[in-house]
Amino acid sequence: MASVARPLSHEQETTAGSVTPLIAPGHTYRSITEKISGVVLSGDVPTGWFVGIAFTLVLLGSLGISATVLLIIGTGIWGINIPVGWGFAIINFVWWIGIGHAGTLISAILHLLNQQWRTSINRFAEAMTLFAVMCAGMFPLLHTGRPWLAAYWLFPYPSTMGVWPQFRSPLIWDVFAVSTYFTVSLLFWYVGLIPDLATMRDRAKSKASQVIYGMAAMGWRGSALHWQRYEVAYLLLAGLSTPLVVSVHSIVSFDFAVSLIPGWHTTIFPPYFVAGAVYAGFAMVLTLGIPMRAMFHLQDFITMRHIDNMAKVMLATGLFVAYGYAIEAFTSLVYTTNPYEHFMMINRMFGPYGWAYWMLVLTNILIPQLLWFRRCRRSIGLLFFISMSINVGMWLERFVIVVVSLHRDFMPGAWGMYIPTIWDFGLFIGTIGFFVFMMLLFVRGLPAISIAEIRHLLFEKKHEEKHHTEEAAA
Amino acid sequence: MSVHAVAAKTNLHGVIAEFDSPDALLEAAHRAHQAGYRKMDAYSPFPIEGLDEALGFKPSRLSLIVLIGGLTGIALGYGLQYWISVIDYPLMVGGKPYHSWPSFIPVTYELMILSASIAATVGMLALNGLPKPYHPVFNVPRFDLASNDRFFLCIESTDPQFEREKTRTFLEQCHPYEVSEVEP
Repeated sequence: MASVARPLSHEQETTAGSVTPLIAPGHTYRSITEKISGVVLSGDVPTGWFVGIAFTLVLLGSLGISATVLLIIGTGIWGINIPVGWGFAIINFVWWIGIGHAGTLISAILHLLNQQWRTSINRFAEAMTLFAVMCAGMFPLLHTGRPWLAAYWLFPYPSTMGVWPQFRSPLIWDVFAVSTYFTVSLLFWYVGLIPDLATMRDRAKSKASQVIYGMAAMGWRGSALHWQRYEVAYLLLAGLSTPLVVSVHSIVSFDFAVSLIPGWHTTIFPPYFVAGAVYAGFAMVLTLGIPMRAMFHLQDFITMRHIDNMAKVMLATGLFVAYGYAIEAFTSLVYTTNPYEHFMMINRMFGPYGWAYWMLVLTNILIPQLLWFRRCRRSIGLLFFISMSINVGMWLERFVIVVVSLHRDFMPGAWGMYIPTIWDFGLFIGTIGFFVFMMLLFVRGLPAISIAEIRHLLFEKKHEEKHHTEEAAA
Repeated sequence: MSVHAVAAKTNLHGVIAEFDSPDALLEAAHRAHQAGYRKMDAYSPFPIEGLDEALGFKPSRLSLIVLIGGLTGIALGYGLQYWISVIDYPLMVGGKPYHSWPSFIPVTYELMILSASIAATVGMLALNGLPKPYHPVFNVPRFDLASNDRFFLCIESTDPQFEREKTRTFLEQCHPYEVSEVEP
């Protein structure tokens, strides 16, 4: 462990991965504060940020137009029809909500497991969760066509019609799961932000930012008594978010599993959806984290060790997902005697949408196997490519589940094809624009890395080192 | 107790010492507690293990509030669904009984987590007395460093042992960077 103190440049290859430090050497509490808050307060904004804002504003335009036309004309502008009544809207909903799950996993589960490497990435992963859930929420609401008329069967409020939601339907469970998930993620994120907002208040130069950060910090002064309750609250929120994140994607999978459609009606869905969600989420954390780290020069805090660890989590969850695909194929081709299940899998592999299945296997299973190799996990460019491949693969997975299961079910007379229209694509691209736009605003407005937690991590590291030198002296 | 000290009590929030390391703060907190001071608080840019015990704080009762929040969520969630599906608007769906309890579990579960989380957040803020935009310690000129890299210990004038000069001298013996008085 003496090697911990050895200075290492952040990109440097080392023979044992574990010795790359979590914080680059030479940092003090003050330098951590200055470096992270400086991203927001220093005023020199990288050109890439403006380019990103301009580009995402174009995509936001696409979102605005697609949503407006939809609300004026109706869901008939989409490619959905009988037999495929669930198209892009549900695919994108599940895709986005899955992406959000990595944020909660990093902030809650890794906190409970006392994984120190989570500290540099939890804040922006949580922000990613919030924005991904916002994107996810847009789809089911717009899918109702007239969201302002749908409230009475989505939420239990005393309407003048005297009717209530139907609580035996997984779609209603979904409403409660997703809205709870958003609220709890927001609370967890905000509680984590309070000490950092106080830092921003104390370091801001202009009166306006002092007032805004000051209001948001609610008068936090770092009192020892406050920290004591704060830590209890944070731990409990982590403990509550952990079962929550598992329940949310399980309930999303019930939307399918509780039905009788071949390809949906299967008990493997809850664990397989949760693993897929974490897989997709880590891919998105890397997709966003790699450019952000370079753009704002945060390599001191998001080191190669963080990136390597995330790649390993992706590899592990990717194998769960591969196992899920294998069991699906085994159950429907070998195990079951149900001809509809059997046909579903043959159609999935060799039917008109067979290309989607094989693309899915390529992008989601085969390409990520590169993560077995240390050289690949430490190559930023390749890792970015792999995470993009997983983003595409996870979207295709939902396409295969939603569309391919529906388009040919029990009666050949009712078969049909699903072809998305320009409005389907316009809305989907629009939400990607919204997501990136919000992330760009976030990194300029709030500290993207938890300053208080990094200080605490440095404190712990100093104590460890002191302990080691004392031992060595003895 | 001198007349001077009584006047000081009414005028000051307390006396505050600034330290440049968490260990120095912890050491000073121990010494202050040993010297009999009770009404005091420390300010630091991150939580420091053992500081609350050194200052003599009791463990927080927040967990109990969260437990009550969670149980309330369970009761409300299940009660809501039972009342709607069995009493107010009984509707036959797929031949299932009105009181089909397994279907009521997911919503009950989500509402338990929702209300426990709200209890944790609101409870923490309420116990801490936040939001509180004004506090006397903000008058200390260098206090903006309490959210950066400096550590403070404040002995408050409400402490029975507090005496302006004596307390100041005591804090100066704890190797601080600086000692100053806190205007109310």
